Amino acid sequence: MLARILSRDYPRSRPLTLVLVLILFGLAFAPFVFTGSQPLNVAAKICVFVLLVAAYDLLLGYTGIVSFAHTMFFGIGGYGAAIALARLGPTWEALGLGIVSALVVAGLLALVIGLFSLRVRAIFFAMITLAVASAFAVLASQLSGFTGGEDGLNYQIPEVLRPAFRLLENPVLGTNVNGRIITYYLVFFVALAAFLVMLRIVNSPFGRVLQAIRENDFRAEALGYPVVVYRSIASVVSAVMAALAGIVLALWLRYTGPDTTLSFSIMIDVLLMVVIGGMGTLYGAVIGATLMIIAENYLQVLMGRLGEVSKGVPLLSALFSADRWLLWLGILFILSVYFFPEGVVGKLRALALGRRTETSAGER
Amino acid sequence: MLAGEGGSAAFARFVQTMNAITPVLETRDLTIRFGGHVAVNAVSCAFRPGTLTAIVGPNGAGKTTYFNLISGQLPATAGRVLVKGEDVTRLSASARTRRGLGRAFQLTNLFPNLTVFENVRLAVQARVGAGLDLFTLWSDRRDLIAAADVILERVRLTDKRETMVSALPHGDQRKLEVALLIALEPEVFMFDEPTAGMSLDEVPTILDIIRELKADRSKTILLVEHKMDVVRSLAERIIVLHNGALVADGAPTEVMASKIVREAYLGQELDDE
Repeated sequence: MLARILSRDYPRSRPLTLVLVLILFGLAFAPFVFTGSQPLNVAAKICVFVLLVAAYDLLLGYTGIVSFAHTMFFGIGGYGAAIALARLGPTWEALGLGIVSALVVAGLLALVIGLFSLRVRAIFFAMITLAVASAFAVLASQLSGFTGGEDGLNYQIPEVLRPAFRLLENPVLGTNVNGRIITYYLVFFVALAAFLVMLRIVNSPFGRVLQAIRENDFRAEALGYPVVVYRSIASVVSAVMAALAGIVLALWLRYTGPDTTLSFSIMIDVLLMVVIGGMGTLYGAVIGATLMIIAENYLQVLMGRLGEVSKGVPLLSALFSADRWLLWLGILFILSVYFFPEGVVGKLRALALGRRTETSAGER
Repeated sequence: MLAGEGGSAAFARFVQTMNAITPVLETRDLTIRFGGHVAVNAVSCAFRPGTLTAIVGPNGAGKTTYFNLISGQLPATAGRVLVKGEDVTRLSASARTRRGLGRAFQLTNLFPNLTVFENVRLAVQARVGAGLDLFTLWSDRRDLIAAADVILERVRLTDKRETMVSALPHGDQRKLEVALLIALEPEVFMFDEPTAGMSLDEVPTILDIIRELKADRSKTILLVEHKMDVVRSLAERIIVLHNGALVADGAPTEVMASKIVREAYLGQELDDE
């Protein structure tokens, strides 16, 4: 049963399994374990980014395609839900329409970009996606009557998902099960289900061809696999998943704007999450997204504490000041990429593999 | 010097029977120009099932380029490639493979960071056309796994099954190259110097495989080869390319005896005997 759900693609490292299980339980019970709105916000963001980063890894890590248009598809999802809800009112029908049209637009756009430009060399494809994504971002900010421009859109969501909605009269484990928590679980389960679907895809005959294309597209073509078709399908799947991430983010934030979905800094974050977690391993998306979002949200607090402690020591207090958190985040990136070029997951798996061969050699 | 088996008369009979069978593969005036240089110059040739044709010629004669034009790695400047009568000149390499043209490469051309087994399994999967299945587990396709293991056994790579190709010795990579080709089960097998760079004790494995394929009279085999003893022991027909043009075509005894071939290419080696 577990084998089917995980598509027989296990973490293959004990520490990794432990961390993944911790993250899974942390996210699954976040509303009951943590108090206040900040931790739940962080948990929801982790769910959204696990989905977004896993979808990107399908392209970068599995197929070897470098695309800068990933946040564009994220934005199409976000704006699709947002525009439908803002224009047609906070009904399920409006949301459904927004979801379907966002997924269709994202998929079609990815297909068109793919069929037209995946024949060219990887670097040109990357440039084309950059151009299309920039054009899309400009379009989104110019069509302000439709998208709210730079201000973005605020909107209501269906009543069941609003904070004021109470599912149960009495609190469960000291937490009121309100619409906010229902929305959180919607985000959580959509992300979990989509992640498992992608885990299945990368372990399907199709997913194996993607890895072959990454390794040697020339030979994959010579074996009879039409490489452009495979690459295009991969980018459609990735785009649809990114749009899905945008949709759940739009529901969670009740706001969609350029800074939450389309901005280039999100694209950079996604790239870093994939690399830190480990390219070509979907579990890397979980690790990378969790690490980075926790660092972004709590490093500042941690630095503040350290600054307090080291008060009086001249150089240290300046280094550990709360304002320096970005500097430390940067140092963390550089160190992690330097020491784990294959990502956290790659490193842990290599360690586990080394230990296994060592023991089997010892037995002989 | 040349064994008196009535070479040309026997070949004439052979040609007669062969002409009755439609060619599996045919090139008509196939040409490619790189700038001013004509690498393959109007080569017309038909290949019929059940024949092993060796393609010989000095270095730079255009043998590999001719292969690349046939299997679609290079676009022809002029001329046509026909597979079972169908014009495939404008089709992609993958589409030609799906129509029965199988190709092994001269410079080893594999999937370096995948295992030996996975390389072969991918070729088997390509043959059965299972690649567009997104939701079945690859490990549930036991048929593909079993078929790949049979081929690994055949090329004697079973003990290297889980080795990454990047860590494989050169000779084993050559064997794997052949394994991918036979996994495709094509109608036309195109071998480009399959034994180049192999140690002497590894060569027979590859030659035995080619002999087995030859014994199945339905297959068409094209073989680019430098080693004349290999050519002599395997080929029923030799075509000679020289400066991109086809200069001789016939039974081995006949071709090796012809003046133009001896001058262009074979002279030295025949004199050595």
